[in-house]
Amino acid sequence: MSAFLPEAILMYLPTFVQIVYLIAASMFIIGLKRLGSPATARSGNQMASLAMFIGVIVTLFDREIVSFEYIIVGVIIGAAIGAVLAKRVEMTSMPELVAVFNGFGGAASALVAAGEYFRIAEVNLPGSDLFIMCISIFIGSVTFTGSLVAFAKLSGKISGNPITFPGQKPLNALLLVVIFGLSVYFVMDPTYLVPLLVVIGISVLLGVLFVIPIGGADMPVVISLLNSLSGIAASAAGFVVGNTLLIIAGALVGASGLILTNIMCKAMNRTLTNVLFGAFGGDGGAAAVGDGGPKNYKEAMADDVAVMTAYAQRVVIVPGYGLAVAQAQHTIREVASLLEAKGVDVKYGIHPVAGRMPGHMNVLLAEANVPYPQLYDMDDINPEFEKTDVVLVIGANDVVNPQARNNPASPIYGMPILNVDKAKAVIILKRSMNTGFAGIDNDLFYLDNSYMFFGDAKKSLQTLVGAIKEL
Amino acid sequence: MEPLLVNLFIFVLACFVGFEVISKVPTTLHTPLMSGANAISGITLIGALIVAGSAGETLGTWIGLAAIIFATINVIGGFMVTDRMLEMFKKKDGDK
Repeated sequence: MSAFLPEAILMYLPTFVQIVYLIAASMFIIGLKRLGSPATARSGNQMASLAMFIGVIVTLFDREIVSFEYIIVGVIIGAAIGAVLAKRVEMTSMPELVAVFNGFGGAASALVAAGEYFRIAEVNLPGSDLFIMCISIFIGSVTFTGSLVAFAKLSGKISGNPITFPGQKPLNALLLVVIFGLSVYFVMDPTYLVPLLVVIGISVLLGVLFVIPIGGADMPVVISLLNSLSGIAASAAGFVVGNTLLIIAGALVGASGLILTNIMCKAMNRTLTNVLFGAFGGDGGAAAVGDGGPKNYKEAMADDVAVMTAYAQRVVIVPGYGLAVAQAQHTIREVASLLEAKGVDVKYGIHPVAGRMPGHMNVLLAEANVPYPQLYDMDDINPEFEKTDVVLVIGANDVVNPQARNNPASPIYGMPILNVDKAKAVIILKRSMNTGFAGIDNDLFYLDNSYMFFGDAKKSLQTLVGAIKEL
Repeated sequence: MEPLLVNLFIFVLACFVGFEVISKVPTTLHTPLMSGANAISGITLIGALIVAGSAGETLGTWIGLAAIIFATINVIGGFMVTDRMLEMFKKKDGDK
């Protein structure tokens, strides 16, 4: 686009572009900061998207960009796909979509680095640039396939159980060494392309191998980590094409993603290494705590639940992923409204990792117009359970498992939980007696004050609505 | 200073800013924050523009085109979906 400008302005163009980049980078930082507070989050997101917009526009004035056909075609196709996906997605599938977007971002970074090689192949690149190119391709490709596996695990397209095989970790380590070796080889002889292609192939494979041994329950942490990686990949691509805005924005995402990953691990009382290499969740965990012998549980019907809740003084609703899967957030809101009309004090207790991602539950309940003051964090609601008459646990399991408090042998021991077992009565809405995502039996179900209310969460709640109305 | 070193300075300092910017975030905002940060990582679109727009009909241009498509999906989809999530919080504030 610089071709359209008069010579006098052209002279100052590179400076102008850099200054706009500086403004955009500052806006990214402010936007990210504002995203961290409820009152300013939306404006923060808008500021970041504006920064992206002006960054892209000013880049079009870069003197190296001479043809626009591919750019226009690419942007139109990408924008259309992105907009449709963003508009169509159900709020419950949000985490999967973030995983997919993240994977695409990683793929783009890898392609940018690879494309840069072909663009300036005839020019002699310094070895450091070639090596960073390999890093960018490696991280970008791992992010791409890793995110796609995370997507498949979350959406149930493949099993959420950890997939492990003997020698998995040594194999991964070996592949890393091979990638490093081939990258060095490529740096020494950049005209020979085979090592680079093998690096791409192994990186793609490594992304899969890295995520398959991790249980579905830990996918949010993985996505957060992959998000951080895609930032690093973008930053590395920035080194390759020599673009400061790319380096800054990529590094920002890389660092903030790492912080977020850490926050998520803390909420589960686990370390990142344990999440990544522990092959936690699924069938493996159950064996560790199986103490044998059939245990008794009580079952409740919709009418029982209606009576218990409608004549209670305080009811706390504890939603989990089951609520999200069943799309029951609107129905639970209806139940709550009916109970409130009967003078019951209704609160929602939300575990930090309820659902598939921290904050996922809040988003879903917000969609159903649940008033914000009724939502309580774990630390705020836990002291309330002793005064609570009935707790409705909807599709949550591991986050209310008392084993985390009192069974040191349990894999989830030490994880902060919602102490619902302290309430006078606990009603658990569940499909069956199957174990939760972590694959551990839940002692809560067998307590004297616990009642199982079996069925799909939405259908159960609908019958409950009918039953309360008839009272 | 060599360009590589300058870039390394920028990278490391930006990392520290990233660490500091995200210190105390309420749980409610973790998913939107992740989604928003993810959209920002689509900044690689700028690199894709340079790769796709500068060369002629070479393999590099085609790779650049693919990169633009992937990156634009990430950027547009990411920001829109984040806005959709945050819009709900806004509506709720009005209820208070």
